[in-house]
Amino acid sequence: MDWNWVFFIILAAITVTSAVAAVITSHIVRMAFYLVVCLGGVAGLFFLAGAYFLGAVQLMVYVGGTVVLIAFGVMLTARTPFVRMQTTPDQWLLGLATAATLSAVLVQANLRFPRPADPPPAVTEPAVSPGGLGTALLGLRIDAASPAEEGTDGAASLGLAYLLPFELVSVHLLTVLIGAAYLARPRRPTGTESEGRREAAWGQSGGPDAALAALAAAQDGGS
Amino acid sequence: MADWLIRQFGGDAASPWAWVVYAGVALFQAVVILAVVMTIVAFATWVERKVAGRIQDRLGPTRVGGRFGWLQPLADGLKLLCKEDLIPRDADGFLFRLAPYAAFAPAFAVFLALPFADGWVAQHLNIAVFFILAVAGLEVFGIILGGYASGSKWSLLGAMREGAQVVSYEVPLTFSAVIPVLIAGTMDLTAIGNMQRGWFWNWFLFHDPFTFAAFWIYMTCATAGTNRAPFDLAEAESELVAGFHTEYSGFRWSAFYMGEYASMTAFSGLAAILFLGGWNGPIPVLSAVGLTAASGPLAGFLGNLLGSVNFLAKCLAGVVFMMWLRWTLPRLRIDQVIAMCWKYCFPLVCAAFVGAVLWTYFFPGGLIFGRPLGTVPEVASPSAPRVAAAGAANRAGNGGGRTIASAPQAAGEGRGSYRAGSAALGAEGSRPKSVPEGRSGG
Repeated sequence: MDWNWVFFIILAAITVTSAVAAVITSHIVRMAFYLVVCLGGVAGLFFLAGAYFLGAVQLMVYVGGTVVLIAFGVMLTARTPFVRMQTTPDQWLLGLATAATLSAVLVQANLRFPRPADPPPAVTEPAVSPGGLGTALLGLRIDAASPAEEGTDGAASLGLAYLLPFELVSVHLLTVLIGAAYLARPRRPTGTESEGRREAAWGQSGGPDAALAALAAAQDGGS
Repeated sequence: MADWLIRQFGGDAASPWAWVVYAGVALFQAVVILAVVMTIVAFATWVERKVAGRIQDRLGPTRVGGRFGWLQPLADGLKLLCKEDLIPRDADGFLFRLAPYAAFAPAFAVFLALPFADGWVAQHLNIAVFFILAVAGLEVFGIILGGYASGSKWSLLGAMREGAQVVSYEVPLTFSAVIPVLIAGTMDLTAIGNMQRGWFWNWFLFHDPFTFAAFWIYMTCATAGTNRAPFDLAEAESELVAGFHTEYSGFRWSAFYMGEYASMTAFSGLAAILFLGGWNGPIPVLSAVGLTAASGPLAGFLGNLLGSVNFLAKCLAGVVFMMWLRWTLPRLRIDQVIAMCWKYCFPLVCAAFVGAVLWTYFFPGGLIFGRPLGTVPEVASPSAPRVAAAGAANRAGNGGGRTIASAPQAAGEGRGSYRAGSAALGAEGSRPKSVPEGRSGG
């Protein structure tokens, strides 16, 4: 008896329910919690499909990393004990439009994908190492090289492979980093005020630092 | 196990009643894991009190259960169950109730992939190391959640410290776990354990000086990762009342506590398999007496049973080591904790990583203690281990140019030599053979 569909339905229900809950709730840390459950459910689906490595990566990177950072960011930036976030109607509209577009793309791609034979043919070839994927991410498709080319230096003919998507992901991570730095920036008063305060502090403190600064200023003026 | 049972009943996986067997086996495994882990946890709380007592020149519990106070955990458990269950008015009730389970469940789920003896594992994963590290890292979320939902400044401060600390210490912890994986060439814990068969100098701890260093870094980071003193900044009894679980009482508090002890045990178990030979004793008594799978199922079972005793003994040794640290060393400040991680542990483990790679490359047969029995066969040609080492180095990203293209083949040959080695050893040689080759390399 095939058990997969039972667990698939359970895990899919958990994933979808918590995803909807994450969208509906207005409480940010609860959102993070539902997101954990949702991503954990996706990891469970990966495990169910036998993609253990992918499932563990999902747990490590998304659940373990990103969500902890979300919770951490919320705690560091929150001004009130329990942060709430109200979703305005235009945000709902925008989000629904994005979700509808994405699901349309996914459903269409899913329908175009050829159904596997039932039962699926047994995989008899030995599994290959992920080295090919790694080099493909760096722009070298060793798996796409024809046997004739293998001995020769056929790298030029292999194209860019997955370099562009890889770089796009890096840009995404960069965006996340900048966003985090923006959120965690110190809340200063306006620029001129703080400048003045700092200068006052410099003047008061005296000491070697102030002397050096004065020396530097004198040199600048002299030259 | 399920397939074997089904075959005993004369059916196959497609039989209409097969699901009963599958469900029964799953239930059995869950119950066994829960029972074993909870027993270890209860025992560890008692050991903690005794160790603390002895180190502080006291006796610890002496009365409950006659001598040595060995029933103390039971009394503690009953007391905790009878405690009043409090939820602060300002807390976020939903998250407050959920957090203890979010902290306990990952620590418990780790044991799914942790083998207790050769083949004695609930779910045999070929990426077990990665799975365990990924799941064990989730425990911090329950702690952050609990600290945040309590609505108390002590809890929030404790949770923030915990977040900073665990996220930092995960990096050197994972790095030091990668070193034995690199030497073994697989992330399959069963295969890693079997490679260290034989005398104790086959353990990866004694493979080279760098793995020896990595083991101590691993234990340091595991102590910090499980939030134990001297790194217990998230609890910090002297300054934060009780840190993230200040507002918890009764059973919810004990769920946090059980999670802490369970993850201590899990990290010690991982260390036992990665560095200390797993279920293989320091002296190969079991194979000398013939208690291996090769001499019949009963002998194999007995051998595995004694092997799991071996493994649990190493686990407990690790746990006692952590307790020893807790009651001996003074606590650090939070900035010292973070500095310890990033300024000492991380550079050291990076150096140990590079050193282990170079050592495996230049001394594939071992320098001092001879070649490890489990990893490299006596019968293979001398070039085979070098190829394996080169494959490992390439997988670690040190290769360049055309070498990359040949990495998969080299890795394949390397594994081939491992398999030949296990087959040459004869006894229980079938286990590493069943390791799927694909996903273990990354």
